[in-house]
Order: sequence, then structure tokens, then C-alpha cells
Amino acid sequence: MIEALQPPPKKDPQARTRNALLPPRDRSRATMKMAASAARGTLELQTCSACQALVYPPRDACPKCLGADLPFKPVTNRGQLIAESTVQTTTDTYFRERTPWRMGTVLLDGPQPIPLTVHLHDEVGEAPCAVRLRAFLDKTANVVLMAMPPETSRLTEDDPQLRELTATPKHRRVVVSDARTPVGRAVVQAVIDAGATMVFAGNATPWLPFEGEAELAAHDKVHLIPMDITDDNSVRVQAGEIGAKCDILINTADHVREGGVLSRQGLVTSHDEFEVNVFGLQRLAQYFGPIMIGRGADGINSAAAFVDILSVYAFCNWRQYGAHSASAAARHSLLQCLRGELNQGGVRVMGVFTGPVEHDWYQPLPPPKLAPAAVAKAVVTALNEGIEESWVGDIARDVREKWQDSPKALERELTL
Amino acid sequence: MSRFIQRARRGYEDVAVTVPITIPCQRYSIDTAHWWIGRALQALSNEAGIAHTELDGLSVSSFTLAPDTAVGLTQHLGITPRWLDHIPMGGASGVVALRRAARAVQAGDADVIACVAGDTNHVDSFRRLLSSFSRFAQDASYPYGFGGPNASFALLTDYYMREYGATAEDFGKICVAQRSNALRFPHAVMKKPLTLEQYCTARPIADPLRLFDCVMPVAGAEAFLVMSEDNARALNLKYARVAGTIERHNAYPDDPIQMRGGWAMDIDELWQQSGHSPDAMHLLQTYDDYPVICMMQFEDLGFCEKGTAAKFIAERDLTIDGDLPHNTSGGQLSAGQAGAAGGYLGLVEALRQITGQALGNQVPNATRGLVSGFGMINYDRGLCSAAAVLEAA
Repeated sequence: MIEALQPPPKKDPQARTRNALLPPRDRSRATMKMAASAARGTLELQTCSACQALVYPPRDACPKCLGADLPFKPVTNRGQLIAESTVQTTTDTYFRERTPWRMGTVLLDGPQPIPLTVHLHDEVGEAPCAVRLRAFLDKTANVVLMAMPPETSRLTEDDPQLRELTATPKHRRVVVSDARTPVGRAVVQAVIDAGATMVFAGNATPWLPFEGEAELAAHDKVHLIPMDITDDNSVRVQAGEIGAKCDILINTADHVREGGVLSRQGLVTSHDEFEVNVFGLQRLAQYFGPIMIGRGADGINSAAAFVDILSVYAFCNWRQYGAHSASAAARHSLLQCLRGELNQGGVRVMGVFTGPVEHDWYQPLPPPKLAPAAVAKAVVTALNEGIEESWVGDIARDVREKWQDSPKALERELTL
Repeated sequence: MSRFIQRARRGYEDVAVTVPITIPCQRYSIDTAHWWIGRALQALSNEAGIAHTELDGLSVSSFTLAPDTAVGLTQHLGITPRWLDHIPMGGASGVVALRRAARAVQAGDADVIACVAGDTNHVDSFRRLLSSFSRFAQDASYPYGFGGPNASFALLTDYYMREYGATAEDFGKICVAQRSNALRFPHAVMKKPLTLEQYCTARPIADPLRLFDCVMPVAGAEAFLVMSEDNARALNLKYARVAGTIERHNAYPDDPIQMRGGWAMDIDELWQQSGHSPDAMHLLQTYDDYPVICMMQFEDLGFCEKGTAAKFIAERDLTIDGDLPHNTSGGQLSAGQAGAAGGYLGLVEALRQITGQALGNQVPNATRGLVSGFGMINYDRGLCSAAAVLEAA
């Protein structure tokens, strides 16, 4: 049985910070494809389209019929643990610091009981027993499988091996880049509810009051910080002050205005959008990112994730908010780059894609619009479950599905 | 089983296996696999009384030869063979090399074939070898704690113990007997006696495996020659004949976990071809990277029923002086695992024993023995298995 995770002790300023070592990184391309579903938090395995055989480890030909069409499809998440081991010693530098490491062999339930080598959650009993399977991304952003207990408990999330695969806010300190917006305030509250020990809530214009400011100021776990992500110096100063306490950074800033290319005159509004949405993201990353990389294995409250909340129209331009869509697309592209960069420290980059949110700048739009609390909830779920990309609400999911189905058809629908 | 006409397998008439060579291993070596293979070829050449340039066949097994293969070795070592093989089958390499070479000699494709396996062991080479061992290992087993083969065999051992009730003491008996054999083998890396208590209380490596369940990676080389009996006699060499062999890869792919190796598919054929039965073997060399796999070989090679190996070995003495001399040079568990040369260890030792050339630990009157090989944990199980019965000429 696992013991409840204790809050980390105050850091010894003389102690050396552990290097953020990574587990083995190399994977075949077929296995990289499996990461696509794991990034969404679902378990998919190759299923031969010719003979329906389940195939694992991922292959380039079906071992039953040599068919070459092996799409990844959802499979049952139930299985039986038939053998287990606890690795006590290893030549790998990452696991060496984390032994003992429990792993095992699970047979997938159903007509094709293929064997899967898995990480083993501490709450899973001794073999043989039933388990629940989950696909996660490890610290190298590659897919791994973990056998979880069939029923979760209050302490399930405290398992140290599971914590390597998530970025849960429990016992961690969070920086929220913009707390002035309804989404920002909802995120502050949600991460505190999820166990964050401290939240640094960004306020770009401290001289201007905002709704909910008094509550934030009064909260003993919230520190309002003057940080304007359009101002290089402001971000640099704050990173210097609190960068070493930034375990999770959530970028809630978004500058939204209606209009596309011809429906606007001049570039002033577009400049503002890119200044916040694109360059703001880069500033946060440039000043906080290197410190986070250095703290990727710094104990229970190690640096764990960089989360960005952005418009789902990053995937496909929506003419009515065409210029804003362009900034979202740029933002999405930067996140892909940043994912590889922060991965050097095992820090996860997560994108939370939303449709229009219930706030002033989307006021003319009809429902459905997203409640800020729903966005905040998705952020916490992504952190707790290690989900790299999530789509919040009906519109975001609709756009996502249509984009997967036919990007060109979606483009017609959104722009013509 | 097969819809094809099955032709009776031919015997290995007129094939001589000769000149067993072991280059004493080292825990770590600053030299390369090329160097170790060079030492083995020179020893073969000296012992056989032929120049290495006279070899017209070469079979090589090595994990640490990169970027070279057997091809590069021909130029490196100055050999001009008309028959060349490179066998990447780890623990099955020795028996498989023998099978290939024997047929080449029979067919006249080559007259004198050097079969050699050699690997170096630099300070960090084991970790690097594991990191790039196989695609499935990279994708689906090493990311899970990077236990390497220790973890893979820990899972098999865990399942075997649960399924058949074998205990740590049962596995320990194999290891302790082999250590006793190793103490009389001059080239073994393990020089200290081992008690069952020391075995059972040793440092845990990957539960349920402990330290003495695991082999020590070393640098070393092993080799032998395959030629016609006429040539062996002309060179005045002591040699053994090949009574029968089998080989199988990726056997029983649908077994959920490996509780039997490929031997089980072909064992009847081995005993039929050799004209013998397990009882007639004077010694047995199993592939012993972990004791659980020895247990499986006792079963799959026909010495006892599936699941009864623990009882079988409890009733026998596996030391050189015992009723079933097993891994008489100490096996890899006590003599060390020199990469692919570990896959030659049992064959070369059996050849020494059967030709009366044992290095200080001769099994009295041994003229017949079984050698078994097992190799390559690609994902969750060993894929290559092979076995050969050798007889004194």
C-alpha cells in the first residue's frame, strides 16, 4: 500500500539540485504513432485491418497475415497481471535514481490476450490479479503503459511511479500568467482545489482593479504578482523572483478581438494579439523555461508542466476571428517547438484547446460558450492525468473531429 | 503440421568438430572484439597446426564488432574464405554455427571452417549494448525500469515459480553446483565457493532474482574448427562427431508467457536423429544466463516432464562428480558471459570433455553429451533455441 505523499521539506539551499535525467528515448516510428492516442489519455493498439489481429509491440506488418494496414484502435483497458518484478538495480541513469521500480506482464482481457510489459502501480495487488490499463507519456514524451488498480483510492495519485507520468498540482507551486480574466481566476481556484501549495497569479496592470481581485488578494495560497507578458523586463524580473518556485506554469493570457484580414484596417489590433498570444508565450518560455528544465527532477515539487490555453481555431482559421486564429496557429506551432525544448528537462508541454469562452470579447456569439470553470477543470485533468492535448467543450471537440475527418472541408465551413 | 513433403533429415556423417579454444576472459577489457577474435583464431591456428590463411570458412558471432561484420573481419585478420557466416543469435550462436558449418563441410563448400565468437566488455559497453539491443526492447520493454534481461527473466522466473511451485532453493541448487564446477575450471571469473545460504541472501537484482541468478558480463572469446574426419585425422586432432541437432526460432508465438522454448517443438527429432535418449548423456551443457532457463531446458530437452525440473534436480547431483554433470566449466553463471561467446561456452566445454581435453575437471569416461543454446530476448521471451548431441569419435 502506498503512503500518503508528504509535502516536500523546505529546500536546503546548500544541497545540489538533481539533474533531470530522462528514461530511454529511442522509439520506432510505429510506436511514436501510438503516442498520439496516449497524448489524449486513451489506450489504442494496432489492429490489423485485414485479419483483426491485435498487434503489440507496434509493428510494420501483421504477424498473423503480413497485412501492412495496422491502424491504432481503442482496445479494452482491462487485463490480468500474470507476472511481476521489482527492478532493484539497472544500468540506466534515470531508473537508477528511482529504483525499486515495479513492473510486470499483463495479458489483455478479451479474445486476444496479448502480453504487455507495463509499469505497475503500487496499489495493484500481487499477481495474478485484475488491472486497469492506461497509456501515458513518459518523461521523454513517448508512450508507456501502466497497470493501475481497478478501483482508485484517495492515494492512487500519490504513487511515485505514476507521478513520473503526470504533472499533478498536488504539493506543487503554480504560476498563472494572467489572473485578471475569468479563465485565469477559475484556473487559480481549480489548481488550489487540486492541492497546489501556492499560486502566483499574474496581474499585468496592478493599478487597475478587476473583478475578484479582493478574493485573490485575501487568499493565503495566492500571491498576486505584477507581471505583464508583453513587457520583456517585467517577465524577466518575475522569473528572477519566483522562477525557482515555478513547478507548473499555466498561460491563461489571450488577447481576443473580432475580425480577419480585410475586415480590419491596419495592423494595430493584430500587433496587440501577437504581442500577447505569441510573443507573450515566448517571453514566458524564455525566462521561466530554462529554470524549469533545471528543476525537472527536483523532488516532489519538481518542475512538471507548461500549460497553454489556446483557441481551437489554431487548427483551422475561423474567418469571423481570422486574425486571432492566426495568432492561435502561431501559438500552437511554438508549443510544438517548446515541447521538444522543455523535454530536455522532462517538463511537459500541454495544450488545452477551447472554443469561445463566456466572456466580454466573445459577447456577440451565440451559445454554446464555455464556462471558465470548465476550462479550469480541463487544465487540472490534463495535469493530473498527463494529457498532452485536450479539447474542452462541444465546439472544440466538434472542430477537432471535423479537422481529423477532413481539414479542407472544415476550412470551407469556417471560412466561406 | 506442414502440407509440404518432409524429407528425412540427413545425418552429419564425416563431420569432425575439433580444437576447442577458450581465451581466458576478463571482467573489463580495453581491447576490441576484433582483438579477442584474433586471439581465438591464432589459438585455433596454433593448436591445429595450420596457418590462418589456410582457413577457407569462417563463422563469426559478436555483439561488439560494430561497425564491422564478419566481412570486415576477413580483411582485418587476413583470411580469404570461400564460405562466410555471421550469426547474430546470442546464446544459440554456438550450436547454430556448428549446424551451418557442418553442412558446408559435408557439401564441400568449405574444408576447414573456423567458428568463433568473441566480445569485448568496456566499462560502459553493457549499458550501451542494451540500449540498442532490439527494436521491440527499445519500444516495449526497456522503458519499463530498464532492467534489461534481468527484468525479462525475473518475470519468467516469477511466473514459473507461481505456476510450478519452484522455490529459490531449487534455482539455487543449480547455481551452487555450477560454482563448485567453476572452482575447478581455471578460466572461470568466479573463484570463491558459493553456499545455498549466500545464494538465497544475496543482493536482490530484479525480484525474485538475486545476484547469483545473474551472469557477469565479461570480455572473452571461444572457438572451434569444423572439418572432415579425414582432415582431422590427417592433422592428428582429437575430434567429436555430431549425432544430431535442432534449431528453432520464435517458437510458440501465442504462448502468453514463455514457459517452454523451441526445443519442445523439435526434441523428438533430436533424439531420433542422434539415436540416443536423455539417459545416455554423460554430460549436459544448458544455456544458463538465468537458472530458470536451465529448468526449462531440463524439461523441454526431455530429461523430465514440464513443471518437474525442481524435483528432477533435487534428486540429482549436477557437479562434475555427480550423476548428471551439468555445465561442467561453471557455465556463464560462474565462468562469466562474454557476449556471444557465452553462446559458445557450453559447446566448447562439451567438446573438451568428450575429447578428453578438459581443463582440470574431466568428467570420467565422458564420450557423449548434449549442448543446448538459447538466445535473444527480443521483447518478452528468448527467440532462438538450438541443441546438439556430440559424441567422441
